[in-house]
Order: sequence, then C-alpha cells, then structure tokens
Amino acid sequence: MTLALPTTPVKADDTRQPHAVLEFIRQQPLGAISFVIIFIMMFAGVFSNLVSPYDPLAIDFASILSAPSIDHWCGTDAYGRDICSRLIYGSRTALVIGFTSSFVGSTLGAILGIASAYFGGRIDNIIQRFVDILLAFPLIVLALVVVASFGRTKLGGIDVNLILAIAIPIIPRVTRVVRAAALSVRVMPYVDAARAAGYSHSRIIFRHMAPNVVAPYLIMLTAFIAQAILAEASLSFLGLGVTEPTAAWGLMLSGNAADFYREAPWMILFPGVAISLAVFAFNLFGDSLRDFLDPRFKV
Amino acid sequence: MTTTRRNALKGVAGAFALGMGGIHWDTRQAGAQAPKKGGTLNFAISAEAPHYDPHASDTYATLHFAAPFYSTLLRFDLAKFPELEGDLAQSWTVAPDLLTYTFKLHPNVKFHDGTALTSADIKATYDRLRAPPQGVVSTRQATFADIGTIETPDPLTVIFKMKAVNASMAEHFASPWNVIYAAKDLASDPRAPLTKINGTGPFSFVEHVKGGHVAGKRNESYFKQGLPLLDGWKGIFTLQAAAMLNAVQGGQVMGEFRGISPAERDRLVSAMGDKIRIEESSWTLALLVCFNVEKKPFDDVRVRRALLLAIDRWGGSTGLSRISTLRSVGGVVRPGSPFATPEAELVKLPGFSKDIAASRAEAKKLLADAGQSNLKFTLWNRNLAMPYTPAGIFLVDQWRQIGVEVEHKQSDTAPYLATMNAGNHDVAVDFTNLFMDDTSLALSKFLSLSRSPENRSRSKDEELDKLYDDHIRERDPEKRKALIRAFEKRLYEQAYQQQLLWWHRIVPTHKTLMGWQMSPSHNLGAQLEGVWLNT
Repeated sequence: MTLALPTTPVKADDTRQPHAVLEFIRQQPLGAISFVIIFIMMFAGVFSNLVSPYDPLAIDFASILSAPSIDHWCGTDAYGRDICSRLIYGSRTALVIGFTSSFVGSTLGAILGIASAYFGGRIDNIIQRFVDILLAFPLIVLALVVVASFGRTKLGGIDVNLILAIAIPIIPRVTRVVRAAALSVRVMPYVDAARAAGYSHSRIIFRHMAPNVVAPYLIMLTAFIAQAILAEASLSFLGLGVTEPTAAWGLMLSGNAADFYREAPWMILFPGVAISLAVFAFNLFGDSLRDFLDPRFKV
Repeated sequence: MTTTRRNALKGVAGAFALGMGGIHWDTRQAGAQAPKKGGTLNFAISAEAPHYDPHASDTYATLHFAAPFYSTLLRFDLAKFPELEGDLAQSWTVAPDLLTYTFKLHPNVKFHDGTALTSADIKATYDRLRAPPQGVVSTRQATFADIGTIETPDPLTVIFKMKAVNASMAEHFASPWNVIYAAKDLASDPRAPLTKINGTGPFSFVEHVKGGHVAGKRNESYFKQGLPLLDGWKGIFTLQAAAMLNAVQGGQVMGEFRGISPAERDRLVSAMGDKIRIEESSWTLALLVCFNVEKKPFDDVRVRRALLLAIDRWGGSTGLSRISTLRSVGGVVRPGSPFATPEAELVKLPGFSKDIAASRAEAKKLLADAGQSNLKFTLWNRNLAMPYTPAGIFLVDQWRQIGVEVEHKQSDTAPYLATMNAGNHDVAVDFTNLFMDDTSLALSKFLSLSRSPENRSRSKDEELDKLYDDHIRERDPEKRKALIRAFEKRLYEQAYQQQLLWWHRIVPTHKTLMGWQMSPSHNLGAQLEGVWLNT
C-alpha cells in the first residue's frame, strides 16, 4: 500500500495540526494538571538524593515528633526522621512498585486477552473462566493472599514477590478489557490476510493484533499504576509490603504513626495527602488519556 | 461515710468474717479497704497459648493462660522480690552444703479432680522436668541436671538430693513454669498436660474457646483458706494492640498484665484519667544483637566487635524509651538487680562506652582491618511492633553511621525462631525472657551451643562454659559476682552477642482491680489468687 503525499506547497500555518500535547492540554486540562503532579512525583523519585533535605533513614532523637517548621517542612516522626525527606524517597518506592506492578500485570493481561480473543473456542473459554475466578477476588484481597503465601524475595533491592502480588490481580482485569478490543481486531481483513499468508500465531498476535489494542492497554496501564500504588501502601500499612526503615508512604501511616497521631497529626497527614494525590493524579490522567485517545469519546 | 451504729456493726461483722475466713490480703495494694469476694475478672492476653503445658513452653502466653490452674513448690514473694515463699511447700530446709533440699507439703491439697496431692506427685513432676519421657518437651531440662535423686519418705515430704552444688537451685524450685501435675495423669499419658488441665491452683478450668478466651472458676477446695477471692476469670485473647487498648478503655477487660508501650500508656491515661492505674518497673527482658559466628564474615571477632562498637546505647536509651518499651542500658544481668554491673564498670566494656565518636572510629578501623569496609548484611528480626521494630530501625541507623548497609528483614514469630534456631541468619535481634534475676538462668543462654540450644550465635567457648560452671557452684556472693563479671567481659570481648537494651514494663489496670502485684517479670504473679474487684 502506498500513500499519496501532498505535492502542492501550502502555508505552514494553514496545515499545521495542533501538537498532540497542546491538544491534550486544551481538551483535558485536568489531565494536564494530573500529569504535572505525576511529573513532580517522578522527578522527586528519580532525584530523591538531590532534592531531599535530609537522609530519610537518619534517626535524630533530639527532634522526635517536631511540628512542621522551617527546618522540617512536614515535621518529624517518632524517630526524629524528617517526614518531607521520607515522602520524597517514598515517591521512589511508590513509583517503582506501582509502575513495575502495573506494567507486568497489564502486559501479561494484554497478551492473555489478545490470545484469548485470537484463538477463541476452548482456549478462550479456559482463559475466561480462569479470569472469572480471579476477578471474584478484590484486588487488595488477592494481593494479600499472594504476598502472604510467597513471602519476600528481593532482587536488586526490589521485592519481586510484592510486585507479583500486586501484578497478579491486575492481570484478569486487563485481560477482560483487552480481549474485548481484540475481538473486534480479530475479524479485520488484515488479520485474515496474515493468517492466510501462513504467519505463525505469535507473529499475528504480536505484530498485527497487539499494535491495534495499544490504546486500551495504555489506559489500563496508567489507571492501574494508581491502583498499584494504593495496593502497595495498603500492604505496607498491613505489614506485608516494604519493611522499616524503608521510606514508603503506606508504611509511614502504620507503626508509630498509630501511637502518636494525636500529638503529631502531621505523621499521618502528609503521607495520606501524598497517597491521595498520587492516586488522584494517575486516575485522572488515565481517564483523560482515555477520553483523548478513544474516538468514541470525541463524538 | 458517717459513723453510725449500723455501720459500726457492719464493720465488726466484716472483720469477724475476715478473721474466720483467714483471708490474707496485701495492704500495700489494697490500701485501707477490705478485700471483697466475688465477681469475674476479665483481662487481656495479647497472645494465645500454643498448648497448656508450661513445662514445654517459654512464652508468657502459656503462663497467663495456665498459671491460675496450677501450683508450684515454691514461688517468688512479689512483695519482697526476689525473696521466696512456699506455695505447695508449707516449709522447706536447705542443708548447709546445699546438697539436700527438704520440702514439707501443705496437708489437704487436692487436684481439681478430687485426688489428694502427695509427695509422689512432686516427684513425678520433677522426674518429667529433668528426664522427660520420649515425646515430652521439658524446655528447662538443663536447669535440673544437678538433681541426683528425689525421695518421698512420706506423703507430705519430698527430699531432693543434689549431685553437685547449684547455688540457684531454690530459685529454680520457684520457677512459675514448674507447675505440679498429678502423678496418675502423667502415668496414664505423659503428654496429657499439653491438652488437659488438672492442677491444684486457685481456679479450675472452665473452657478454652480458641481465638476467643480461656475461663476459670473458683476452686472451692483450694488449700489456702479464704482464697481465691474471685468467683472466676476470663482471659480474652487480644492479639492486636489497638484492640487491647480499646478493650481496656471500654471496660471489656480490666487490665493487661504483660506490658504496654509509653504511647499506649499515655493514650489510656489521657482517655481514662483517674480510672486507670499504671504501674511501671524495670523488666527481666532484654533484646540482644546476635551474630551467627558460623557465617562469614561474622566468624571474625573484629567484624562482630566493630558492629557492637557502633551502637550508641546511651543515646538510644534516651530516645527509644520515649517511643518503645526499651529503656535501660545493662549487661548480662538486669540493671538494678543485685548482680548487675554498675555503670562505672559497664562503660569500660566493649560496646558500652559513652564516647560514641571514639567507638565508631575504632569500629571503622576494625572493619578496615578485617577487609569489610563495605559490609552488607541482613538483620533478621521479629515482626512485632513493640519493641522489635524500633530496635531494628535503630540498629540499621547505627550501622549506617559506620558505612555498613543493612537490609532489615522481619517475619512472624514461628519463621523468625525457626530461621535463628537453624542458624540461617547473619545477624539477628534476639531476646532473653527471664523470670528472675538469678544469673544461672541469665547466663545459660550464652553457653556453647552444645549446652544451650537457645544460644543463637552458635558459638562454642570453653572459657565461658567454665566460668559459668564455676559461678553456679560458688556460694560466696562476692566471688560469684567476680565470676559473673569475668563471664560478661569474655562474652563482650568475643562479641558473640550483646544486650541492646533492657525493657521497661508498664502495666495498666483499672483502679477497681485490687490485689494484683507488679514485678519485674510478666511471668510471675499470674495465679490471681489474691486479686479482687472493688466494685
């Protein structure tokens, strides 16, 4: 297939399409704001060691439970650790676990969803009944079961089992959505053509079908980052996620925070705000992305 | 109250009733009020007993569950701790050479099933403790290794003849774990006490609802006249601290007898005002830093010593005591107890200097000498918020200050103990759980692994073993003290393991709960016989 390119020179101003980013900002201002929040989080996470005013793990018994001040913007915790620094380093924990879990879960879910739609019949039935079983469990409950069963295995300082625990409940949810999109792609002539040409199943799935379900995949990936951050915070709060003294938002809400929240409410206020803001930002960004990418929402 | 003729008569009648009943009660606790009989005490137990047999247990959960059902030969007099008093023993004598202990038992003591207690029951119990039959666990078996024979010349006399002098033997007869079982029960099934309760204690067993509670009712034929005072009691399992605090605050339970944190204390005081009584004491519990000497690089004394030198115990004590049950700096013996090392001597021992900058400089040099300047390891810890988590956070911070990177790994009690007992840890936060200050118990944990299965550093040190043996045979307190100091110095110089901080016990009880006695051990005073309700 060839494309006919315009041959007549025209004024640039007349033909320039609005830049996609600018168009996104114009159409989805809330999405743009949420992206700014995500960007700040990512920046803080990546450059924690540069932007953090204190060592997040350093105990300072002279500053136990200090109220927010010029020295400690968000106050200190029961060990005299600077809460602002722990929030900044906590964004790294939240993003690494949130993004990795969501990426692993969404990618595996997408592959399963496309395969389920492509093969159909018995394979589709088996995959979908398995998905039904997993969908019966709320995300956090399934994550609890997985993390409690597998324990902890760290690779390069990252708790692989924690990531899996959060990723596994994401898989069926993405599978169901991507399968729906893939079912419409499956009946496209180019898929039939590829099949007629004798291409392998894996080539058809990965090279011909997968690129056409990228939009729902990206939307799910973004939306589930928020869910994964929330799940990580919940698991850490319950003592099943990352362990002290690692800076993690959920962990900052548990332990001593429960003992001292009356006299030092900043111990729960700031981590709570950070979790809420992150979840809000990712959810809003995911929604805005869906509205922006899905043509049905443009009507 | 206005003094009227009626009130005066009531007082006389009450006094007469008390005299007739022969009720013994503690005026220190109860103030000027006469104890009242009746009522049911609900109290919190923060862990559920794994089984009913104190011989096979080392968790307080078993004692708080089972102690009210049983008696021991002797026991600690909590009003004069650490002095002893008789429980089943009406009187006892110790031969001047410390090789013979003779006990005369109270007459008319009956088990809850109606069987009379005799000296044969004492012998059967102690035979089980010192030489448990196949399949029976006796956790403190080594404590009784010096007993040669047990003689029962008549039903109310028991004579223990020792193979060797053990200067702490009397205290071991007062151990709350060594409850007396019926000989006939042990004869029919030596494992029966794991699942069946038949004691001579002030209360008889009513029910155990798993995950819920354990309940007892007054033993009407209890051998101490007028006791117990309560009609019954219910120990409610409150595994979550928040649930326990809510239950105390809401009046569902009248106390928790193990201990709470300073923050929890403050919350209860703030919420309950003068309705709550708070009692505090130093505690016969300590957390330890324990190195597995079978693993590299912890087989190198320089590495172990460097890590101990980096810990600022004095600063940690000040800070951690505000947020956790950790408080006192001390050596192998509880600070403040008779054999404790005075602070002036303690600061000369490795790891206890107050000049932390100098200690850390020495620590860095030791690590460099050992080729471990970039040391990384895993700190194995128990998944209990109080006080294990604060201890772990503190240690990670202390070791980071000499450039050591530590991964803090916490797990539930069972895998935590299993990992350490199997020697799979690098470095661990271990603990000592004592019921008395006597050093035969406190020091035994540090004996060579072959002699002390609870030595989780897995060290083998004949010099320490010899010092221990010499000290338990030594009757002169000053010479004994010198041997304890030598033991402590050797232990810390070799740096197999070392006390991090000793705990501080804070017990909350409703002010209407009377007669309960505070002590430095949560394993003591759990019989509840003198407890009453002022409602």
